[in-house]
Amino acid sequence: MQEIIQIQFWQMAAAYIFVLILMIIVKVKGIPREKEIALSTVRMTLQLILTGFVLVYLFENPHPLLVLLTLAIMQLFAISNIFKRVKTKLSHKLKKIIALAMVTGTLTSLLYFILVVINLSPWYEPRYFIPLAGMLIGNSMTGISLGVTRLVEGMNTQKKLVETALMLGATPKAASRQITDNAFDAAILPTINSMVGMGIVFLPGMMTGQILAGISPITAIEYQIAIMLGIVGSVALTVILFVQLGYKTFFNHEQQFEI
Amino acid sequence: MFRLEGVRYKNILDIESLLIPAGMVTSVVGESGSGKTTLLKLLNKLISPDRGSIFFNDKPFSEINSIELRRKVVMLSQSPAIFPGTVKHNLLIGLKFAEKPGATDQDLATILKFIHLSKDFEDDAEKLSGGEKQRLALGRVILLDPQVFMLDEPSSSLDEETEKLVMDKLVSHSRQKGKTLIMVTHAKKIAQAYSDKIIEIKNGREAVTCRK
Repeated sequence: MQEIIQIQFWQMAAAYIFVLILMIIVKVKGIPREKEIALSTVRMTLQLILTGFVLVYLFENPHPLLVLLTLAIMQLFAISNIFKRVKTKLSHKLKKIIALAMVTGTLTSLLYFILVVINLSPWYEPRYFIPLAGMLIGNSMTGISLGVTRLVEGMNTQKKLVETALMLGATPKAASRQITDNAFDAAILPTINSMVGMGIVFLPGMMTGQILAGISPITAIEYQIAIMLGIVGSVALTVILFVQLGYKTFFNHEQQFEI
Repeated sequence: MFRLEGVRYKNILDIESLLIPAGMVTSVVGESGSGKTTLLKLLNKLISPDRGSIFFNDKPFSEINSIELRRKVVMLSQSPAIFPGTVKHNLLIGLKFAEKPGATDQDLATILKFIHLSKDFEDDAEKLSGGEKQRLALGRVILLDPQVFMLDEPSSSLDEETEKLVMDKLVSHSRQKGKTLIMVTHAKKIAQAYSDKIIEIKNGREAVTCRK
């Protein structure tokens, strides 16, 4: 393994020149975005520094409870982020389904990945557990956000189709089939597209990170393939759970459409 | 067939008691906004009354599965949705929803003739005119062959000539097959011409029940 080049403080600071260039461009072009750029740069820096300290602490004090607590916090952030990202109003029932789908879908894939695919020992080894959980939860969060938006929009805009189907004797499941299929499609498509471009159009972040850290590209690729498949599984499972349970919240026990 | 007792729905409908007989043609008339469509929706269990009871063949609605009811009592709304796809797809989708066996091309051709729609199976249903869409949706309902047809302004988008052709066929078809036909119409003329019973709704209350 090659020795990694340590970035000095001044070298890291030099990287901020990219942001400066961006600020100058928007200033010259008269695009009023300087504040947002500055704010998001500061936020990114502070968040990452803080995360760095938390990770150092977790890696030096590996304990299953601490790892599980981190996992719970990640889930909470991801779920509340979904609620914020979706612009339409979500019912209380639908919010519960989103949370349930996220927790069940990501945990099942994470456990399978940790216990079967990489056979981690101990299972809670934070160096592996936390980044893997982050990738599965993060991607599932993006997927489910798209799925939720599409499902709610579909139910609102295609109200007449759903009602007509019910009048023709359809079950709520059949009546909303087209909408749930679209929601699933919208949710899973970005993940599938990123698989197609992987390695040719772009080198994924995790793999790039491992290569920069001196790991053989072959090992990095093995990990990347495994994690990519894990992400596909996690997103698919989460979204399937969400749409299969989510459409039901739009109907009552008398199979009446409530919107 | 249907019996309503003390049925109230929001401040739209308030019906003390109402009987809709089996095997007959019943028209529901009244000004727009009087609650005619709400009545059909209640009978189709698309909505539930706030109080009161509805019976279907003497069985309370609370004991009847909504989907099973809707497969016996098929409702056609005033502006029915046309599903993306062909004319054939739109005719067959009702059977698929109701989980009934499919129909042959011969059956479909008979239905198209019945509703006076001279279109090919493969024509894009979304490109049809308003009146053609309404007839296509009617054809879809007739193909389902339910016990009860519940039609909300079935001829509102049709010209007078086509309206007469379609209504004549529809009414004689349901009489021949012993079906119950309940239709909402704004046109008293249609109600007078075809019905065995006319129910008039005024301000959400069933005001007059008269026979021809």
